[in-house]
Amino acid sequence: MFGVALAALILASCGSSGKGPATLNWYVFPEPSGSFATAAANCSKASGGKYQIKINLLSTASDQQRVSLVRRLAAGDSSIDILAMDVDWTAEFATAKWIRPWPAAMAAQETNGDLAGPIATATWRGQLYAGPINSNTELLWYRKDLVPNPPKTWDEMITDAIALAKQGKPHYIEEQGAQYEGLVVWFNSLVDSAGGQIVTSDNKVVVGPSTKLAASLMHRLATSPAADPSLNTDKEDDARVSFEKGTAAFEINYPFVWPAAAKAGIQSKMGYALFPTVTPGTDPKVSIGGYNLAVSAYSKHPQEAFDAITCLTQPANQVRDAIKGGLAPVSASIYDEPSIAQQYPFHALLKAQIQHYGIRPTTPAYADVSLAIQKALSPTSSIQPNTVVTTLRDEIKKALSSGALL
Amino acid sequence: MSTGVATAEQPAAVPPARGQHLTERAKSERRLAAMLVGPAAIVMVLVTAYPILDAVILSLQRSDLRFPNATKFIGLSNYGHVLSAPVWWQDVLHTAIITVISVGIQLVLGMLLALAMHRAIFGRGAVRAIALVPYGIVAVVAAYSWQYAWSLNSGWIPKLLGLTSDPLSHQFTTYVAIIITEIWKNTPFMALLLLAGLALVPDELHEAARVDGATTWQRFWRITVPLMKPAILVALLFRTLDAFRIFDTIYIFNQGAQGTESISMLNYSTLLNRLNLGLGSAVSVLLFLLVALIAFVFIKGFGAGAAPGAEAR
Repeated sequence: MFGVALAALILASCGSSGKGPATLNWYVFPEPSGSFATAAANCSKASGGKYQIKINLLSTASDQQRVSLVRRLAAGDSSIDILAMDVDWTAEFATAKWIRPWPAAMAAQETNGDLAGPIATATWRGQLYAGPINSNTELLWYRKDLVPNPPKTWDEMITDAIALAKQGKPHYIEEQGAQYEGLVVWFNSLVDSAGGQIVTSDNKVVVGPSTKLAASLMHRLATSPAADPSLNTDKEDDARVSFEKGTAAFEINYPFVWPAAAKAGIQSKMGYALFPTVTPGTDPKVSIGGYNLAVSAYSKHPQEAFDAITCLTQPANQVRDAIKGGLAPVSASIYDEPSIAQQYPFHALLKAQIQHYGIRPTTPAYADVSLAIQKALSPTSSIQPNTVVTTLRDEIKKALSSGALL
Repeated sequence: MSTGVATAEQPAAVPPARGQHLTERAKSERRLAAMLVGPAAIVMVLVTAYPILDAVILSLQRSDLRFPNATKFIGLSNYGHVLSAPVWWQDVLHTAIITVISVGIQLVLGMLLALAMHRAIFGRGAVRAIALVPYGIVAVVAAYSWQYAWSLNSGWIPKLLGLTSDPLSHQFTTYVAIIITEIWKNTPFMALLLLAGLALVPDELHEAARVDGATTWQRFWRITVPLMKPAILVALLFRTLDAFRIFDTIYIFNQGAQGTESISMLNYSTLLNRLNLGLGSAVSVLLFLLVALIAFVFIKGFGAGAAPGAEAR
């Protein structure tokens, strides 16, 4: 009796054999607004009984999501069909052959109309490995009542902040300086904006003058009165809280701070501008975030999974993800929709930064490279501008070889 | 040592039971005992020996989850990489600093707490229950609450001390914060183990010493401490082994930033973040050996394994 029940249970949980819709397990970060759940339900219905998408929640922190997925993928777990990958995992997952490359015919259709940045993050060695579902980029937020003209460069911003400090006004620059991924985003955005690069496409370290410039800027901010005393421990939400408390004049952060500022009652004082650049007269290249959807190599329903991703990333779903869930779209045309423009008055800035994007090093050993950069630059106040390039080169080289302790 | 004892004692104790006196019943009882213990013993071996063996084998390979095709046997070179890396020795130092200071202070505070619990005249149960509360709190929750307490934006400690700079941004104060968390959380356990040792000290000895004019201080050092030395050593051993593997507090506080990375943190980032099974297993095995060495020193060097009270007589 028990055996029969058990067998029925196993069959039911597979739900694949024979007739009926294929169950597609979608592993994704918790999306609090329910927009992903709506998309999953709508797409399942629209498939006409071909598939049924089931959402499986990962943890909220990106590194924990990666650990959970990797453990399953390394063991060849066939119960994952679709996985939401942070933009910097593509090279790693593709090299390990945990995800399927997109069939050429479907690939062109999937990324049709998408901004350049998200497509680049989903591509590895010229091959599309995932369908971008949302993007993200950091803007400069500032106090309109304290700063009449937003600074264009980091130099200007630090100078402005020091001037405010001398007048005894709120002057901190909020950034993410803790030893974690956010520090790499900051550093890499500065390196890219200065026209540099960290790792080439053939996996070589190329740190140089722009690296030194970037690290020196970080050091300069960290040791100036413009730095929040908690810079070395600050992550995105700490920066938001400090800005809302009123001790800061500038904040580098993602657009989630905008609706939060309305709740905190400071939105009327808050201005927005392009991320400050490094070289005057050039546009910044900000390291973009966001998620891409890939099909697991061990999925038993790859065709259905590809179809489902195409549906989940459709513009209509992206619009709802943006309006309800605050996720920046990847489709260029969506930024011009009135509903988006209304909710995101800074939509043109977002679009520009995601089109003229920066990207964190694309290498299978990204996790190692990120760790090496974090350790070499933390705490930012202790960066040695004269030796930091050598340190970074040595450490990143070790990281790429994946054979040494970091 | 154990064999010496066995051969010396056997002729005296065993002969009456040996030979014809080992009845069928005794034999079958032994067989039953073996059968009852057997499954548990086998499971224990499988559960503990297999992972240890697997870690040792992995540590001799270049093995990375991301590059399964590159897996190959490379002898001891992972150990070479670990032992030649400055970060390993830095982390050994960080771990040793946290272990020595936190366990040292836990011993002193734990002893005071144990004496208080031992001497409590009324509300003994309540005193013991209250003292145990920190130990009952989930480690991660305890670490978070202390981290919030020290945070410049939201914490009460910087406010109380009137700090303007962030204590968790500086190495020294971060160590202070981590060590206080460890002490707060683990002192009750230390106290509990010491309390068991205190119960071994006969009151008559204290009374006799008091009649002879010994001060409280003298009685503590000359009677209490020597008699409960085995309990102290066991408590120290347990806490040292635990403290040396410190992970959760540091992970929650700052993931090893500000120069507080412990060996377990390094192990975690190598294994679970970098997915480097070979290198990570080498770190695991070395950590295991260090812990085994600590246990060996305590047991052989200080006689922590001796039966309670045996030392004093």
